[in-house]
Amino acid sequence: MSEVSPKKRSRKDMISNSDPRWCPGCGDYSVFKSFTNTLASLEKKHEDILIISGIGCSSRLPYYASTYGFHTVHGRAPSFAVGAKMSNPELSVWVVTGDGDALSIGGNHFMHLVRRNADINVLLFNNNIYGLTKGQASPTSAKGTVTKSSPYGSLEAPVNPLALAHAAGATFTSRVTDTNGKLMKAVFDEAAAHKGTSIIEILVNCPIFHDGVHHWMNQRGVKDEKSSILEHGKPIIFGAEKKKGLRLNGFKIEEVVIGENGVTEDDIIVHDETSAELSSMLANLKHPEFPVPLGVLRRTESIPYEQYAMDIEKDQVKKKGGHSISDLLTSGDTWQI
Amino acid sequence: MLDCGGGALKGCVIDYFLLKYWYDRHKFATLQSYFIGVHSIMDENLNNSGSASSSGSQIPSKEIPTITIRFAGDSGDGMQLAGDRFANLSAVFGNDVLTFSDFPAEIRAPAGTVAGVSGYQLRLGESEIHTPGDQVDVLVVMNPACLKANLDKIRAGGLLIANSDAFTEKVCLKLGLSESPLTDGSLDRFQVVPVSIDDLTARAVEELGFTKGQSLKFRNFCALGLICWLLSRPTDTVFSWIEKKFAKKPEIIDANKKAFQAGFNYGDITDSFVETFAVKPVEKREKGTYRYINGSKALAYGLLAACEKSNLRLFMGGYPITPASDILHELSHHRNFPISVLQAEDEIAAIGAAIGASYAGSLGVTATSGPGLALKQEALNLAVITELPLVVINVQRGGPSTGLPTKTEQSDLLQTMYGRNGDSPVVVLAARSAGECFEVAYEACRIAVKYMTPVVVLSDGSIANGSEPWKIPDVSSYEDFDIPLPTQARGEFLPYKRREATGAREWASPGMEGFQHRIGGLEKDDLTGEVSYDPANHQKMTDQRHKKIETVSQEISKTEIYGNEKADILVLGWGSTYGAIKESVDGLNRDGHSVAGCHLRFINPLPADLSSVLSNYKKVLVPENNCGQLAMILRSKFGLHIESFSKVQGLPFQVEELKNKIRSKMEGKS
Repeated sequence: MSEVSPKKRSRKDMISNSDPRWCPGCGDYSVFKSFTNTLASLEKKHEDILIISGIGCSSRLPYYASTYGFHTVHGRAPSFAVGAKMSNPELSVWVVTGDGDALSIGGNHFMHLVRRNADINVLLFNNNIYGLTKGQASPTSAKGTVTKSSPYGSLEAPVNPLALAHAAGATFTSRVTDTNGKLMKAVFDEAAAHKGTSIIEILVNCPIFHDGVHHWMNQRGVKDEKSSILEHGKPIIFGAEKKKGLRLNGFKIEEVVIGENGVTEDDIIVHDETSAELSSMLANLKHPEFPVPLGVLRRTESIPYEQYAMDIEKDQVKKKGGHSISDLLTSGDTWQI
Repeated sequence: MLDCGGGALKGCVIDYFLLKYWYDRHKFATLQSYFIGVHSIMDENLNNSGSASSSGSQIPSKEIPTITIRFAGDSGDGMQLAGDRFANLSAVFGNDVLTFSDFPAEIRAPAGTVAGVSGYQLRLGESEIHTPGDQVDVLVVMNPACLKANLDKIRAGGLLIANSDAFTEKVCLKLGLSESPLTDGSLDRFQVVPVSIDDLTARAVEELGFTKGQSLKFRNFCALGLICWLLSRPTDTVFSWIEKKFAKKPEIIDANKKAFQAGFNYGDITDSFVETFAVKPVEKREKGTYRYINGSKALAYGLLAACEKSNLRLFMGGYPITPASDILHELSHHRNFPISVLQAEDEIAAIGAAIGASYAGSLGVTATSGPGLALKQEALNLAVITELPLVVINVQRGGPSTGLPTKTEQSDLLQTMYGRNGDSPVVVLAARSAGECFEVAYEACRIAVKYMTPVVVLSDGSIANGSEPWKIPDVSSYEDFDIPLPTQARGEFLPYKRREATGAREWASPGMEGFQHRIGGLEKDDLTGEVSYDPANHQKMTDQRHKKIETVSQEISKTEIYGNEKADILVLGWGSTYGAIKESVDGLNRDGHSVAGCHLRFINPLPADLSSVLSNYKKVLVPENNCGQLAMILRSKFGLHIESFSKVQGLPFQVEELKNKIRSKMEGKS
């Protein structure tokens, strides 16, 4: 393998001969475009990139990229990813999953992936529905969603993936939407650079089974009012005129207008990616009352799991002077015949 | 007449009564000559501070070819430890040893209950033995519950050593025994020797500052000391082991040593026993270096041997489950080998990580028991269709469901063969003994890589926890790994193009330039590996997957028959039934009958010559610790009439019951 820095790649270098088979209008196309842009510009050799998916529409993605890819089983992609990463820490490992795959059957693995904090990037395509199996309610569907399996409306409250991730001790959480390619590319790049488990919740549209579920916050005309792109160190501001902001009042966050009621820019919360408390509050904001925070919510110091594991190995090799099976077999009580 | 040393007068008085009891019952030696014996022994041993000795004993030592001993106490009493130490030092001494642990699933069941009884059985032999013994010759019971639980195991005339301190009237009656079973003659058919183990231990460690209650935790060493004396064992290895194990707690070292000494001396001093026993070391053993090993350790070491020999990284994905956890524990200690060890969040994550690691170029391994295998099947199936090297170890236990976690069984064979959706063949190997686990683990790894296939290794609780002496092999003589690295041109890689000799596809891993490809659980085109639903392709791939597993039969050596090859009846087994079957077949042949025996290591594929071998016999009997699973497979594959002898009790076969069954079959009875 050559030691020179990897030659420049274009997005076309990251695409395989298999044309994507997502439905026309599916948000996955847009995500795929930004994702392959990120992969092209990654400071990693092409052969060191590995995409691992579970089961679902979004999980078909590996076949459409020209990298090494593994389409595994429903909900368990994080497990395969951890094994691969521990096996070869040089790899750039990406998990592609969905709201059903990661939060229903895969909920357990999702939690432990975050807790383990191996250097793996998770693209969680969240369309609030089970698309591949033709439209059942998912763990992120709003309560009361009418589907084939919930004709009288779903009965469960949805789960919040970023809040879950925070509770498990996530070191990098973020949210993007399929309508903003530039933001997606920027956040995917940041996730790749972060040395730990990076969770990226991608709000995606399923035009066939749950069309428009995110349109209240990401379409032209509403996105300025209903979403806010966070930037570390900058006040959380939104609105068409950039006059609205989020302010902390006791333990509550409230929406205020700069210039009204004596509110100045100094009153607005300055985003702090390193604050566990703030990132949790932002992840837990109620919608549609509040704008949806986009960009990086949390980013903290992190030593990835596989590094700890490698340190133990290095230490043990040093202490025991390498390995020898014949030495091991003859250690302890032996006798001669 | 009673000229004992001052401080031992009390001991002498007690001994007198015990002896009187013995004398009255056995009427063997004159009391006078007996006491002279006691006197001289006591003087000698009271001055002893180093390792115990029994010089000067006037008790006859009887040489015997084999003996079966069982230690029984409450779980948490240390009986497993005592038994294990005794077996170990006997192995080092040179006997053939086989052990069998019989303990409940609970960590510490209520003291004094039958459910909480933990037993450790071992058998010593001066020649090769194959089972840990049917009936017990020497039973050590720490309390009445142990007696009740094990009464059916001790042979008539066997030696019953009971911790008399625990045999209170109340407890005995509560358990349904007589008031004082040790003295009222109700156990007349055995040689009963009551020993105040608790009291002996308490007095021995008193000077170290332990209270009566605290002293109880050392009584397992007291029992061990007594048995060491009874079997004329050299004891220096026990003391050095105690010193090493408890190096950080010197007061524990002293207490254990003193308790051990008290037990040893008791046997020596009191002459509570008619005789001691001596089992000679095995004479005709293959030359080499030996060690003592149990199945779990042997499996783990076999994996490490494969890791080193293949130059591959090993990845162990594990999850705690009885009785497989020890494999995970053992591997986690050897991080100086190029291995990754992950205790995953569940069984599925464990195998998932192993498969992910295999995709990334390591040799993935996972170990579990029956319930865990059930969980792993979906992921195992992914490894089948993606044709990645994977070793799945199933240490079988009593089922179904949670079943009997600490009891042995071999009832996962059908689950292993057929428990996945679709037509999904895997290679299946079974280990027959603790020591053999090493070679089976190595072979499993070698075959998994050579053929790019999952291999399931079947072991069971009796092998995992059972120990035996084992000749350390020369790993450098083991067959090399054949790793199917890509030979195709870069940029034109066909992930499913197969090698002729094995049917294996090539192993290209992330990091290898020019071999990028995608694989997954969907059916795939037979060369490009692209997703394919084409009907003819699916048939072709199904056939290719089956053919590849059949091709593994070229790794199987000619089927060996032992015993009388020309007999009318063949007794065929797999897994841990080996010992009992071998002893039965050998025993029957020695008695003048004619029986053939055969034991399988490969269950899938079966040996190519097996069908014709079986056809040579008028009767084929398959004893199994399940409802006849191998028998079912053989019938369906060969269309032959196979007889099944099934025992599903969480216990291994006994030699006697097998011999009876074989004889019965030979006579045309059921």
